[in-house]
Amino acid sequence: MSSPKSPRLPEPDRPWLMRTYAGHSDARRSNELYRRNLEKGQTGLSVAFDLPTQTGYDPDHELARGEVGKVGVSIAHLGDMRSLLHGIPLEKMNTSMTINATAAWLLALYVVAAQEQGVAQDKLQGTTQNDILKEYLSRGTYSFPPGPSMRLIADTIAHAVTHIPKWNPINICSYHLQEAGATPVQEIAYSICNAIAVLDAVRERLSTSRGDHGEDVMDRVFGRISFFVNAGVRFVEEHAKLRAMAQLWDELGRERYGVGEERHRRFRYGVQVNSLGLTESQPENNVYRIALEALAVTLGRSARARAIQLPAWNEALGLPRPWDQQWSLRLQQILAYETDLLEYSDIFDGSRVMDGLVAQLVEGAREEMSRVAELGGAVEAVDYMKGALVASHRERLRKIENGEQVVVGMNRFTQSEPSPLVAGADGGILVVDPAVERECRAAVRRWRDQRDPDAVARALEELARVARDEHENLMPATIAAARAGVTTGEWAQALREVFGEYRAPTGVGEAAALPAEGLVELREEVERISEALGRRMKLLVGKPGLDGHSNGAEQIAVRARDAGMDVIYEGIRLTPSQIATSAAQEGVHVVGLSILSGSHRELIPAVLEALRASGADQVPVVVGGIIPDADAASLRAAGVAAVYTPKDWDLNRMIADIIALVAQRNGIAATVSG
Amino acid sequence: MNGPPIGSAELAARLRERDTTVAPAVLNLLESRSPAMRAQAEAMVRATSPAALGAEAGAHLIGITGPPGVGKSSLLSQLLAAWRQRDRSVAVLAVDPTSRRSGGALLGDRARIDVDPADRAVFVRSTATSGRLGGLAAPTRAAASALAVAFDVVVIETVGVGQSETEVADVADTVAVVVQPGSGDVLQFLKAGIMEIPDVLVVAKADLGAAARRSLADLGATLHSLHAADTALVAVSSIPPPTGIDELIAALDAHRASLDISARRLHARRMQALADFASEHGERGLRAVGGHRGAERYLAEQDRGLDVPALVRLLEERAGG
Repeated sequence: MSSPKSPRLPEPDRPWLMRTYAGHSDARRSNELYRRNLEKGQTGLSVAFDLPTQTGYDPDHELARGEVGKVGVSIAHLGDMRSLLHGIPLEKMNTSMTINATAAWLLALYVVAAQEQGVAQDKLQGTTQNDILKEYLSRGTYSFPPGPSMRLIADTIAHAVTHIPKWNPINICSYHLQEAGATPVQEIAYSICNAIAVLDAVRERLSTSRGDHGEDVMDRVFGRISFFVNAGVRFVEEHAKLRAMAQLWDELGRERYGVGEERHRRFRYGVQVNSLGLTESQPENNVYRIALEALAVTLGRSARARAIQLPAWNEALGLPRPWDQQWSLRLQQILAYETDLLEYSDIFDGSRVMDGLVAQLVEGAREEMSRVAELGGAVEAVDYMKGALVASHRERLRKIENGEQVVVGMNRFTQSEPSPLVAGADGGILVVDPAVERECRAAVRRWRDQRDPDAVARALEELARVARDEHENLMPATIAAARAGVTTGEWAQALREVFGEYRAPTGVGEAAALPAEGLVELREEVERISEALGRRMKLLVGKPGLDGHSNGAEQIAVRARDAGMDVIYEGIRLTPSQIATSAAQEGVHVVGLSILSGSHRELIPAVLEALRASGADQVPVVVGGIIPDADAASLRAAGVAAVYTPKDWDLNRMIADIIALVAQRNGIAATVSG
Repeated sequence: MNGPPIGSAELAARLRERDTTVAPAVLNLLESRSPAMRAQAEAMVRATSPAALGAEAGAHLIGITGPPGVGKSSLLSQLLAAWRQRDRSVAVLAVDPTSRRSGGALLGDRARIDVDPADRAVFVRSTATSGRLGGLAAPTRAAASALAVAFDVVVIETVGVGQSETEVADVADTVAVVVQPGSGDVLQFLKAGIMEIPDVLVVAKADLGAAARRSLADLGATLHSLHAADTALVAVSSIPPPTGIDELIAALDAHRASLDISARRLHARRMQALADFASEHGERGLRAVGGHRGAERYLAEQDRGLDVPALVRLLEERAGG
């Protein structure tokens, strides 16, 4: 029993929301998965959308090729959203949607689908990720330029605080910054700067747009901003990071936005723990990493996550199966229901080590925040932040390569028995049925044929009109378009026509050259081969498809440059014919392609075909990404010279391979050391 | 490697037939430093020289330059679209200022230039400056001349304000400098004579409204005070809906029409020969031909029909004494 002096809480805390980031193929299949997950004790939903949905293309668009239903579910219109949520009680559900460029649209579909279920907007609980700056910095699923994107975000927030008051209209993401290589200080600083940019944009919009937003609207806005953070395996420092963020957030609310009520200034966050540190070699070890990372976000009561989703042990191998995700859910349940974690007040209260760590991180973050502020804020500083992230990520890789940073089973203790976990016929991963893409293409065409074309045209016209009028909120027209049967691609296209398209900075140009250490031999070899070729060895690094995870491609591009090559890197989202045209026009000696979204089986052969059509078929192609062994074999059979996966973590060795490949294809003798 | 190398005679013949698809092979050859390839390159240059053609190459050679971040690539995307609408073929030589500290370079320029990959009449090639800040790589000058035989428009895109326009001006028929609203340094550079007066001055980001109008007025006043009434001043915006692009094309065309092309190209060839000679033989070589001025004077006395390799050889003979 608890006494006033007892370290125990009178009542154990309620567990956090337990979710699994899930969704694949089409709405019907994902709905089945969600219902099974809820039966297993999951308490919230976390919807993973496929890349066409995330970037605003219908399944039958050219850019959607190979990506439909791959990394998430395809939602092309209201009918899909209805099927996705079929039989799920939305008045009780708490739904997180990982959606950004098209967040306003998916929220509108959710609102209309809920209304059809008889659930009003003000009953809905959940989160739209809706954070565009980190898309420019890391994740790559942006659609529109920064200005209009910030307006869309501000409009969703302004609409939500009034009409969907229990909804978190934005989740400021530090998660993807860490995945892109951010240090804890960078993760804190850039995400808070990002939040400032959003809050300033909302404040500005509320003051200039039409409509009555009520008293204390900024208090309510501030109170509805939540964060989506990452937690790496250095779990003590990671916990300190969260306490530091809570401190800075409270301060920001008080000082910059004058938020009076303490409850509105509380730092609220959901979390997905680190995927970057998960290994392909000895993948079973990832289970321990995930457990330790979960401690980082649960240990101290005063900075504990509100919602948790954990990755699966096999993410570096491919897409997780339902069983893999269940295994991760069970970890959350053991932590919450078997351990005594929830019975105490904050266990770090008064800890000198923890307070010291927090103080250090806060100080570092403030310094970095003032640098961003000097550049004019987060929107203006995207180039700077991107460059800093690329540099940090490179530093991390360098430490892993030289053994300074130990990764068990990868750069140390690599001796292993064969893992029975990957011995099954499926290789231990989920493979999306290739028929799904065909089905989705046919389904969206049927949908277009069956709706009222006049209503759709009127809705799109109205949307374009509102988009051109800076003083109007885009949400009502978006909700009306959802109801009229407009598709995801049509909604995004209407806005692209008004707002224009955008290519984010790649960050690679800003990365300073590496010290020569470890590169001398590579540089000499590049010089020697270039001399024999007659001109400098030239590499094209390409990212075909909609996959925006560009960290791997960026690191290869920078390292190849540091080794002395001329490198063409055009960023993400290229069609096979764009890549082939660049390769031919630039006269490159080798092409490197990177794909992490699982679309390699369709896109790589398409690039090879396009190279043939451009007359550049003698240029050798190497591929890197999350590529299962079986696929690697068929890619090699199709003409790919080499396939690299996360277990090939030694960049210098990869570059040496590429140099040797160019030499061999051009009839230049290898050196003794090669 | 893109297929077996095409011989110089065939390359020249296809350029003369205005076959734009040989552009990659032309660049591969001109960039090559191997002695055998250089002999081939010379042969190709000779076979596409005005003497061989019987006239100057028909393309409009345009230099587009300006400070980083000013929006040159977005502007170029709009220009490309507009030229294609007018059915003009376009080659872009994007010169990247990336340093070559390690010997390598990251070339990211084409990322921001929007083209239809299926359009054979558009060619974009990136080149590093090989550590020469603001300058042009030797193959870029030669490439501009060679591609001018096959394309309607050849653009050389460089970064910088202050020095780079001078080198571009040696090659291009028309130089357009792009600035953004509020860039007072350009005014200062112009007034102080650090920056040569461009043929066309473009104020980008005209969507910035008042700031853009003020810049336009300031630049107009400055040009007037410098008696540079011939310089066209155009405001453009690349964000939708783009504006000013047609006016810019009209200004570029008007400048081209006003030129004595053969005089301009003759000057360009002589300057290119001098640059090639200097990069091959350095300061010592330059001194041996009487320095920059001495060499220019010497070149001015030579036959107008000589191509660049021939002019370089003359300089080498003179230096060898």
